[in-house]
Amino acid sequence: MLVRHIWPSRPTLANPMLRLLESLETAAGESAAEPTAGVFPPVNVTQDDNHYYVRAEVPGVRASDLTISALRNRVSISGRREIPQEHERASYHRKERADGTFDRTIALPTDLDSERVEASYTDGILTLKLPKAAAAKPRQITVNT
Amino acid sequence: MQQTDKSAAPEQTRPGPVYTPAADIFETEHAITVLADMPGVKAHDLKIDLHDNMLTLTGRVTGAEETGAKDVLREYRAGTFYRRFTLSETIDQAKIDAKLADGVLRLELPKIEKARPRQITVRTS
Repeated sequence: MLVRHIWPSRPTLANPMLRLLESLETAAGESAAEPTAGVFPPVNVTQDDNHYYVRAEVPGVRASDLTISALRNRVSISGRREIPQEHERASYHRKERADGTFDRTIALPTDLDSERVEASYTDGILTLKLPKAAAAKPRQITVNT
Repeated sequence: MQQTDKSAAPEQTRPGPVYTPAADIFETEHAITVLADMPGVKAHDLKIDLHDNMLTLTGRVTGAEETGAKDVLREYRAGTFYRRFTLSETIDQAKIDAKLADGVLRLELPKIEKARPRQITVRTS
């Protein structure tokens, strides 16, 4: 089974045995952990003739805490995820979800029409609809005979 | 509350990857609360099943993509979120409450009255 943490986890080597193992592997020139991109949020980008669609997994973030900006061919997604303080006497069995701020800029292959970017946020997924700049749209050329 | 072995997942009948959602679990004297990140799961695609003290969460992400659009960059895949916990006898199974908001599931598992700690005052005669 694949385990996917949507927030890149901080390296925690609380177990001294694991730490020892890692130091041995590092000495042997091997990397102990799988390399991760360490970026948040993960995004999927698709395109059709007129638009790019950017989807980002940002669960548990209020729409008002998200900031999106577009300039030329770049779009930035930034925001903060807050995990509210629960009951003061709550004792945690597991704490895998992380909070904090994030800021990510994605460069797209062509320029965008930044005036007409649309953003929506449902079920923890942010969806951006980014119209391509007029100059970047494919044009049909008729061949003169 | 204990988490069971992850390899105990049943055979999947749907294609696609299965992910373990990140979860917070905390306990107060009245209840145990589970919070799980399940981005892209809609309420009707989330199944919470309780059977023989085994609590199973299954959330399916159904296609939200535009048809006819071509991939440019793909960093995550839509699939199924699956996680299973064993509940102790102390949970009042009739009063379990689940809420799904912004891709985060909040599951409240109240403890039954008799399992709550009680202060006993010793009377002197």
